[in-house]
Amino acid sequence: MSALLDIEDLRVTFGGTAAVRGISLTVEKGETHCLVGESGCGKSVTSLAVMGLLAKGGKRDAARLSFAGDDIRDYNEAQMSRLRGDRMAMIFQEPMTSLNPAYTVGSQMTEVLRRHRGTPRAQAVDRAVELLTRVGITAPGLRLGQFPHQLSGGLRQRVMIAMALMCDPELLIADEPTTALDVTVQAQILRLLAELQKDLGLGILLITHDLGIVARVADRVSVMYAGEVVESAPTAELFRAPRHPYTRGLLSCVPVPGKVKRDEPLGSIPGVVPRIPPGFTGCAFRDRCSFAEAACAGTLPRRNVGPAHEMLCVLPEGVPA
Amino acid sequence: MLHFLRRRLPVAIRVALTVLTLSFLLTRLSGDLAISIAGPNASQEDIELIRSAYGLDRPLWVQYFDWLWRALQGDFGDSYFFKTRVARLIMERMPITMTLGLCGLFIALCVALPLGILAAVRENTWVDRSVLMVALIGQAMPSFWLGLILMVVLGLNLGWLPISGTGSWEHYVMPSIVLSFSAIPSLMRLTRSGMIEALASDYIRTARAKGLSRLSILVKHGFRNAAIPVVAIAAVQLGFMLGGSIVIETVFALHGVGYLAWESISKNDFPVVQAVVLVLALIYIGLTLLSDLLNAVLDPRLRSA
Ligand SMILES: Nc1ncnc2c1ncn2[C@@H]1O[C@H](COP(=O)(O)OP(=O)(O)O)[C@@H](O)[C@H]1O
Ligand code: SF4
Ligand SMILES: [Mg+2]
Repeated sequence: MSALLDIEDLRVTFGGTAAVRGISLTVEKGETHCLVGESGCGKSVTSLAVMGLLAKGGKRDAARLSFAGDDIRDYNEAQMSRLRGDRMAMIFQEPMTSLNPAYTVGSQMTEVLRRHRGTPRAQAVDRAVELLTRVGITAPGLRLGQFPHQLSGGLRQRVMIAMALMCDPELLIADEPTTALDVTVQAQILRLLAELQKDLGLGILLITHDLGIVARVADRVSVMYAGEVVESAPTAELFRAPRHPYTRGLLSCVPVPGKVKRDEPLGSIPGVVPRIPPGFTGCAFRDRCSFAEAACAGTLPRRNVGPAHEMLCVLPEGVPA
Repeated sequence: MLHFLRRRLPVAIRVALTVLTLSFLLTRLSGDLAISIAGPNASQEDIELIRSAYGLDRPLWVQYFDWLWRALQGDFGDSYFFKTRVARLIMERMPITMTLGLCGLFIALCVALPLGILAAVRENTWVDRSVLMVALIGQAMPSFWLGLILMVVLGLNLGWLPISGTGSWEHYVMPSIVLSFSAIPSLMRLTRSGMIEALASDYIRTARAKGLSRLSILVKHGFRNAAIPVVAIAAVQLGFMLGGSIVIETVFALHGVGYLAWESISKNDFPVVQAVVLVLALIYIGLTLLSDLLNAVLDPRLRSA
């Protein structure tokens, strides 16, 4: 059976910037695939490219982009709109600006259900109340009648999460969905997502900075750097034996697997993610890598370094343990 | 909302009082009223008689408050030329001007909104550029000139519409079209820029992520926000258009307030001129207040402020 989401060699350019440079990854039914990496390495662009929601000027190209077995590369806006919100949903990184200031929370939540299912208003409202309750919002009836500007950032983020779940999607793409939330609420939302995975087989592509969350919920982790996946492995394997120098850098402050602290930020590596022009060859990390050698400027091999464990680096076994 | 009114209303009232005062001062400063009323052949005694008959011999501040008190009650005195109450004259003519202004605004909105939305959706394409070009031409064209062209083409050559007069609805068609031209460019540009901003916003991306229809994305989510400043400006534009009716009503001999203003200026009919200017100014102030209110009604963030 094919994966729920199957991406192969996805590329996105914005004029003279190659934001995503040949990413391949899959999300299975019921699986959580985490995408990690420093700010600016192309995580959001990857998720927007999958949804077909790139900003103006973004050009997408892929060897494969299939959802539930259907090739969606050439889907037009009308075909995508039938999938979006219904079978594939997205939570954006920007909770403050992602709700329409002119409409109430209730109106914005119910219109998804009305659009895709033709659900009568009253029932759609019931569903909205149910989901607001499940994301930990007290007095959901009151919130439904309020406008976005009357809600805090955390509340707006939870509304966005609830709204994405209105139609019981098969795939949820969540771009740093819990950044504005306190730990208890965050735990409640992760529990909710886990339940939905168990009950409905929801597949999740989760972008997060929080290694604690990764350790807790991810089945598989892909580490992104400058538009590429530099290392990908099952979660336990990645935490146990990170091989890529960049992954090492990220994990440097959490050396012991299973002892990851909450809200642990990604390890900081000196330097910043460079802007990559199209046609760039070699390792984009070489200016910051302490293992860099001459071969790093050539074409890099992608190789297996463990069970379902892939890495993009010239070092045959990666960084020694 | 009430809070909002409490803040805006005093401002509007102050502006209105200023306009009233200025309007009074202008008539007194523009020469001796008694002499202009009496006419060129009057003797000194006639002038003195008129001065006391019209109360012009009283101190200026007494005259001012007397005039203000009457004006506030809608009493603008008698017309020298028409020999009737000024207030009645204006009441008779106002519906014509209002009809003209509202028709003009309606046409302007019908043209400007779709074109503005279209230009925004097709930003930086030839469609967008053509629309902007039309706006530029519309803005550069003097209304009396456009009026004359329409008269020649639609009225004289094709014979579709009457070229002057007030008799039927057909008499309003050409003047309304001409009047709408003055409002179309700004309304269209505002719609376009508002839509471009809205369409690039995160909430439009959310609307698309929800799989909403194109119509819902553009109109319900996009235009709903872009419309807030457009509606507000439309109210102000109506004020401009009522002022602009002086030229257009004269060109088309449409007997509204604008035509009345032109007649009374040429007849030296002071009280009428003064009252028309005053009424138009007050309407304009009212529309500005209305514009702020509409803004508050349409924008939930202002509504609860
Ligand atoms: N709308 C855009 N226009 C031009 N470049 C963009 C745009 N969005 C993203 N990029 C480029 O893509 C790169 C990756 O951005 P992004 O995916 O947002 O990173 P992150 O991993 O932090 O989510 C950025 O460095 C930026 O240069
Ligand atoms: S390819 Fe070279 S520069 Fe890049 S991570 Fe591996 S060793 Fe470092
Ligand atoms: Mg991002």
